[in-house]
Amino acid sequence: MTTVALDTPKATSTPKALRKDLRYPSWFYLPAGTIYFILFLVPTVASLYFSLTRWTLFNSTFIGLENFQQFFREPFLFQSLINTVIFAVITSGAKVVLGLLLAVLLTSNIALRGFLRSVVFFPVLVSVIGVGITFTVLMHPTQGLINTSLEAIGIDGPGWLTDPRLALFSVALVDIWRGVGLATVIYMAGIVSIPQDYYEASRIDGARPIQQFFLITVPLVRPAMVTVIILSFIGGLRLFDLVWAMTRGGPGFASDVMASVIYKQYQAGFYGLSTAGNVVLFMLIACLAVPLAIFLNRREVNQ
Amino acid sequence: MTMKMTTRLARGAALSTAAILLATSANAQTLTFFTGNDQAVVAYSEAVAEAFEAANPGVTVEVEVGPGGTERDNMVKSRLATGTMSDVFVYNAGSLFQAINPMQTTVDLSNEPWQDSILESFKQTVTAQDGTVRGAPFGMAMGGGVLYNKPIYEELGLEVPMTWDQFMSNNQAVADAGYVPVIQTYGDTWTSQLFVLADYFNVQAAEPDFAERYTNNEAKYATSEAAMAGFQYLEDVNEAGYLNEDYGAATLADGLRMVATGEGAHYPMLTFALGTIGQNYPDNLNDVGFFAIPGDSPDVNGATIWMPTGLYVASEGPNVELAKQFVAFAASPEIACDLQMEVAPVTGPFLVAGCELPEDVPAGVADMQPYFEADGRTAPALEFLSPIKGPNLENLTVEVGSGIRPAAEAAELYDEDVRKQAQQLGLEGW
Repeated sequence: MTTVALDTPKATSTPKALRKDLRYPSWFYLPAGTIYFILFLVPTVASLYFSLTRWTLFNSTFIGLENFQQFFREPFLFQSLINTVIFAVITSGAKVVLGLLLAVLLTSNIALRGFLRSVVFFPVLVSVIGVGITFTVLMHPTQGLINTSLEAIGIDGPGWLTDPRLALFSVALVDIWRGVGLATVIYMAGIVSIPQDYYEASRIDGARPIQQFFLITVPLVRPAMVTVIILSFIGGLRLFDLVWAMTRGGPGFASDVMASVIYKQYQAGFYGLSTAGNVVLFMLIACLAVPLAIFLNRREVNQ
Repeated sequence: MTMKMTTRLARGAALSTAAILLATSANAQTLTFFTGNDQAVVAYSEAVAEAFEAANPGVTVEVEVGPGGTERDNMVKSRLATGTMSDVFVYNAGSLFQAINPMQTTVDLSNEPWQDSILESFKQTVTAQDGTVRGAPFGMAMGGGVLYNKPIYEELGLEVPMTWDQFMSNNQAVADAGYVPVIQTYGDTWTSQLFVLADYFNVQAAEPDFAERYTNNEAKYATSEAAMAGFQYLEDVNEAGYLNEDYGAATLADGLRMVATGEGAHYPMLTFALGTIGQNYPDNLNDVGFFAIPGDSPDVNGATIWMPTGLYVASEGPNVELAKQFVAFAASPEIACDLQMEVAPVTGPFLVAGCELPEDVPAGVADMQPYFEADGRTAPALEFLSPIKGPNLENLTVEVGSGIRPAAEAAELYDEDVRKQAQQLGLEGW
């Protein structure tokens, strides 16, 4: 998805260019072409078709756009669309800001730098399901470590995952915790590649650290920031595993996102409807992520 | 996984040894058996498998334990559709059975000789749309209603409620005494449905043709006062603040602990759970009683009955004949009555003719007897009378029980869910 979006300006000229300097004999492309056709093109086209049917896996009845109508008519299906966008915006926003701050901290000359860098990255390495289950236990309303600790200092902790107003945000919090490490690493690569000369020159001109941060680091770390925004935003839109491990979309439908709703429809045996949901999810990601990528990349070029 | 690996390794080793010794292990066969995940069911399944192996030398039965609830529905449907189901599998009877497309995915067992001893009431619930019988009972019938803690009732001098109002005043008394009046466990979402599903006796008492009209797209939950009541009950107990503090996260196991050990007074549940109580809290088993969900009038009071799960033969399995033998074996009185009573606690009446309940049944099961003995005090749950059950009921009942959505709105949404399911099943008139 990302690469497609990033390559868009080039893509229009690719076919011609390809034909001109076809570097290898055409049979050379055949194995990859076959795999691409069978494993990518056929399922994509088939899923477009099945999203227009009532499908039992054994037979299918063509019903036009009824699945899509259904998808937008059911309040909890529509709610999941909104939840998905809220979730993606919150988590990617937090990762963009926190990741940058952590990266600045971890590229400075602090003690135990290598150790601290790995600590930030550790949650990325842990299985998402494991993280989800662990936090479900920690966030138990009466016996969880979080609420028993709060109780010890006299605060009545909320039902992190059982209060319908909080559930989605609790899951988002955990997602930020486990995803911020990756953002930090990308930022660190960006910050390290900024030439020290700029900082020296600005210091001679009398810039304060805060000015250095906003006038040198932030603008020059921009390519890294674009990558972080797009990766975490798409990651947020299509998130499933963490929601499923922690709340299964509950209580009720309060923390349902697109992916969990699609899975539930599939689970219930509404194969056509769940395929339609996947098409909607694809459209949603395309409609939000592609313009975002184009916008961010254009600004980069202008600078 | 590891267990499977070891058995596979062991089998591999056994095979090579056999080859070296040139032993006649040609008739060695392996039968795969997919069962439920409830502790009592697993224990019984393993006992049946062992007995079958003992009776058929050379046959190995591999017991696979699957998940429960909607995870199970998903797994069973997917495995059947892709032809990867175990030779024999355990799955619900009634509407869930209809949803697995039984005419294509299961083997016709109508003409098996053992069918003569299976009660008609069960056969109906495993009969496909073409009139063929596809399963054998695996387990005992269950009552759906309220499991209650008898010591709390004795301590507070309460009586089994015959109307909903009495139930609510009992709850108030329990709350005043400092116990939890109503236990709810939305960590296992399916447990939230009992107030609605187990109220079906009262629905059919008020509207005897509800099931038929519901199946024909005529009767709706939102517009039938009797059918709405179940949703309303959930709203009532939540609004009155009668639920345990951790209802949103508690699981079935927590709920059973609470009702068995006297932390809470009432737990709406199926009586199969008595089996789990018997295993985890054997000393408390007789502290747990059962009563039906009470309705409006003390004169109309009865229990909603669930059929046991069925035992089916997957049509695409490589060992259909052996699988049929296994089902015949499991349906025989020696296994279905004697072995079952030996291994698993009795949780309700049998569906195999000639099986008698023992004298010393758990208190909860004894409490079910009066309903069965009197005329017109039981009704099958709706899922055994109609092929349609909306898959989202458990999420909607969690919402009502948590105070997220009012009962009336949830009932309307459930009707919509039912419509979706009926269309997916391809029923007429939807």
